[in-house]
Amino acid sequence: MNNLTTWINKRGLGSVAILALLLLVAFPLIFDIFRLNLIGKYLTYGFVALGLVMVWGYGGILSLGQGVFFGLGGYAMAMFLKLEASDPITTKIQSTPGIPDFMDWNQLTALPLWWKPFEHLPFALIAVVAVPTLLAFIISYAMFKRRVGGVYFAIITQAVALILTVLIIGQQGYTGGVNGMTDLKTLLGWDTRTDSAKYILYYLCTFLLLGSVLLCLWIQKSKLGTLLLAMRDKEDRVRFSGYDVASFKVFVFCLAAALSGIGGALFTLQVGFMSPSFVGIVPSIEMVIYAAVGGRMSLVGAVYGTLLVNFGKSYFSESFPDLWLFLMAGLFIGVTMAFPEGLAGVVEQKVKPWLRSRLAARKATATPPAGAMPATLRPLRADKTADPLPEGVGSQRA
Amino acid sequence: MSNTDFALAVEDLTVSFDGFKAIDSLTLYIDRNELRVIIGPNGAGKTTLLDLICGKTKASAGSIKFKNEELTRLDEHIRVRRGIGRKFQTPSIYENLSVFQNLEVSYPAGRSVFGALGFKCSDEVKARVQVVAEEIGLADALAMEAGLLSHGQKQWLEIGMLLMQEPELLMLDEPIAGMSARERELTAELLKRICKNRSVIVIEHDMEFVKQIAHKVTVMHQGKILAEGSMEAVQADPKVIDVYLGH
Repeated sequence: MNNLTTWINKRGLGSVAILALLLLVAFPLIFDIFRLNLIGKYLTYGFVALGLVMVWGYGGILSLGQGVFFGLGGYAMAMFLKLEASDPITTKIQSTPGIPDFMDWNQLTALPLWWKPFEHLPFALIAVVAVPTLLAFIISYAMFKRRVGGVYFAIITQAVALILTVLIIGQQGYTGGVNGMTDLKTLLGWDTRTDSAKYILYYLCTFLLLGSVLLCLWIQKSKLGTLLLAMRDKEDRVRFSGYDVASFKVFVFCLAAALSGIGGALFTLQVGFMSPSFVGIVPSIEMVIYAAVGGRMSLVGAVYGTLLVNFGKSYFSESFPDLWLFLMAGLFIGVTMAFPEGLAGVVEQKVKPWLRSRLAARKATATPPAGAMPATLRPLRADKTADPLPEGVGSQRA
Repeated sequence: MSNTDFALAVEDLTVSFDGFKAIDSLTLYIDRNELRVIIGPNGAGKTTLLDLICGKTKASAGSIKFKNEELTRLDEHIRVRRGIGRKFQTPSIYENLSVFQNLEVSYPAGRSVFGALGFKCSDEVKARVQVVAEEIGLADALAMEAGLLSHGQKQWLEIGMLLMQEPELLMLDEPIAGMSARERELTAELLKRICKNRSVIVIEHDMEFVKQIAHKVTVMHQGKILAEGSMEAVQADPKVIDVYLGH
């Protein structure tokens, strides 16, 4: 048991375990299915926030266009579901039965060729990850090989978000336009709108999210994670240590895009539609806010940040319909001003030391001080430092 | 250009920035196992020369050959992999990482994306870190965050990071800048030790220090070589006295 606890602590898994308990046990017990489904929706943004921790927190690359990848993943899923919802019998009142309704409204008489592969679920699932990753690869390869970075890269990602929104809205017949793809009902005949389906999808989403946290944690603790931090601080030193800096940036940007795509697909499944309002500049910036509030160096923090901001959003918008945008802005400005490292930074620097001192004080009164000596006198061994930084928050300043 | 026995052969190298020739058809040969010091007044093009050799700046014309391989068209990281290490003027280390991690990251393995994902800090790596840390006098500071080191220790750490890669050509840009007298002595000893199996180019202003370490001295002026030879010969050269050492 003791071994297990040290193993968990050493890998920074304690906070992941707490998050898992909260998401898998506490939330389903506390909330009804309507609220739980809402949380499931928020958690899909959590995938984007995780990607931002990797790409922005660790890689130092600010992307203001993550909605693009979230949207592409979501649309890939929605295309499959839409085709399934548009069988000839349900759509028999259309002038061309068997094609999605928005195509019919836009005088399309046949399914476009590039829609055809989305009739197959395996293809759609691969596209959920592959399409965002491929676009991310093209953008980031072109930019990073030319050493475009910082604010210029952020502007490019904004432009991509804008372009994609305009494209989706403009090509109504192929994309559903500004309304997006709606009335998604079943997945291989399984009705995704029932309560039981919503529970299953919530758990699917949570497991995938926790899996993504573990994957990112593993990457952070690998040499690649250390290199990302090194690159963020001294890019030239990394380059002149024999590394192709651009390839690492491309990798982490593609990783973030793939995660966002998965989040988008889960969004479509849980919410039942996908629209351009999750692709553009505003949602993309909102996603950066999640990571900033949670703490851009902390994976678990980013998930909490996502939940908190979205809870805040729905609470404020329900209670103060006129003021809620200002309250949200206030929350964001307040948090980033007071806690530049987000909630995770507060926990790491304020709460944990406080708990530790309380614990130590209690121990000191319970046992004679001599008993506690060996632990504090343990010599610092060289190989201890091989472990990457604990939790990734405390000692790092961006 | 002909092949040579030199470790580094720079021939007719020119770089111009908006018409200003920072390096003007410069030719320079560095022997294997040689420690060469480059001196010269500010703006002579010393740092630019190192930038050109390591690839930070692209040459306008001329050739740079390392062990008879043309470098001018290779990317920076490829040049490093060929065996060229460069230390920057201001200590360039990863302040947020520990000393151990700084050295570990510099170990020449797992340099591709997926190589880095699968990289294991094996006993071999740890042993190498230990050896280098002892060489640069930071064996006791391995666990420390590198940003907390003194200025001199940061300079040594960066040299150590280069030593991790066992470069065949090591280029140091003002390694003792900002160091105390004692630290300068230690650095001189360090340089004498590490130049045994490799060529080293050092840019330095401190004449006492140059005297201690240099095998040969090159004096640069306005992007060209003004004089080359032993320290005594260079110091006696009237041209050098005129433009650099002063009367």
